[in-house]
Amino acid sequence: MIQISLHKKLQAANGKVSLQIDLDIKKGELITLYGESGVGKTSTLRMIAGLLEPDHGKVIVNNTTWLDTKNKINLKTQKRKIGFVFQEYALFPNMTVRKNLEYALQKNQDKNSIDELIEIVSLQELQHQKPIMLSGGQQQRVALARALVQKPEILLLDEPLAALDAKMRSKLQDYILKVHRQYELTTILVSHDTGEIIKLSDRVHLIKNGKIKTSGSPLDIFTSQHTSAKFTFVGEVISIQKEEVVYIVTVLIGTNVVKIIAQESEVEELEIGNKVMVASKAFNPMIQKII
Amino acid sequence: MIDWQPLILTFRLALITTIILVILGIPLSYWLAFSRSRAKPIVETLVSMPLVLPPTVLGFYLLLAFSPNHIFGNWINDWFGLRLIFSFEGLVIASVLYSLPFMVQPIQSGLAGLPKQYREASYILGKSSFTTLHKVLLPNIKPSLLTGIVLSFAHTVGEFGVVLMIGGNIPGKTKVASIAIYDEVEALQYDTANVYSLILLGITFIILLIVYLINGGYFKKNRA
Repeated sequence: MIQISLHKKLQAANGKVSLQIDLDIKKGELITLYGESGVGKTSTLRMIAGLLEPDHGKVIVNNTTWLDTKNKINLKTQKRKIGFVFQEYALFPNMTVRKNLEYALQKNQDKNSIDELIEIVSLQELQHQKPIMLSGGQQQRVALARALVQKPEILLLDEPLAALDAKMRSKLQDYILKVHRQYELTTILVSHDTGEIIKLSDRVHLIKNGKIKTSGSPLDIFTSQHTSAKFTFVGEVISIQKEEVVYIVTVLIGTNVVKIIAQESEVEELEIGNKVMVASKAFNPMIQKII
Repeated sequence: MIDWQPLILTFRLALITTIILVILGIPLSYWLAFSRSRAKPIVETLVSMPLVLPPTVLGFYLLLAFSPNHIFGNWINDWFGLRLIFSFEGLVIASVLYSLPFMVQPIQSGLAGLPKQYREASYILGKSSFTTLHKVLLPNIKPSLLTGIVLSFAHTVGEFGVVLMIGGNIPGKTKVASIAIYDEVEALQYDTANVYSLILLGITFIILLIVYLINGGYFKKNRA
């Protein structure tokens, strides 16, 4: 159980923001902080990590107080058990993939965990390479693995996939889900990508003007009408074509391209690049094993 | 045959000065790169002063400070039995002050130019700032370190004004190559002056060339 209450006046790009974030996170949950740039999502993560000091607040993680400004408790970053994945990976260029992970080992920690982590993120072949030789997606997998070496009590992901292309993103999302479940992590994700949020998170907190405006399950937050759909997918519109009387909307769902027939009224609001939910309720989808 | 002593003395002085500067320069550069203290601009200014000040000014004040008639010089004399004026030890101290900016500035800008996430990631992984400096930051600014070391060394080799003020011209103790050249010219020994000069010219050319070759990546295999 993690209780967070943080208050800080921030100087953001569009004026002053008074950040006031209160969160209760259950063990094993993956929650997302969502909102426009400059509302204080990253600052919230940095305060949890002890990289930024709040004006006042509290952070209690599994009955250990990390921060309590009233009682003048403020654990150093080094003493907080956190995993942090930055958008720009922040791998150490002077060390190989394996050395980056080994650097994260705590005193007297067993080295075997490194092999296991390297295997989970499928980097066996690249473990002796320097980060500069790796693609963005591979580097972020190293960063994710490195963040897990010291068995963190919270995993903080600060827009970890923003610099990657759609295909890589989808693959990395699978890795994040995999480690989140396998290591029973409690994870806080900062993301702009609604598709990603729906795929990954249990709960979303929408931050506006420095405060949590709404909280709920991703589908509740991101879809205006409640559907009792038999199946739903979230994707991104890549093209809208007019064909005779109907429109063909091409949607990228994960790595698959799907064409959907839509009426003019449905297309009116859509633009290329929009996140959409594709749902069906009238038909029973077929399911077939792929050999 | 020329007297090799001034040249040997010069390189001994430069080597000792550079070693001391590495030890002093790294923590000082670290503090200057990351501190938010209000004293920082003042320290930065003091460190950079030898770049613009005539060496004779530094030499003049060191001469006063080191003089046994002065409080500081007297104290050093009483406590350590060191007579800094007209001595090799005095030259080392003067050279350290004189070449300080050449060590500090490249390292400071190297450290400040690293992404701040390197430090933060290391702290998050539970590592102290010392471990972070030694294992992450310094290995990633090797070109800056090399530049600092070589410039300090070369600058000390080229020292003249400060040495003249506080070292004088004692063979084997304070008569470095630059002084010896001046001396020979005054005695109209142009040939000897020329030999010293050519040696200094050649050595400094080679040292600087090696730095530019290394930092330009010319020694790396598979250079793109």
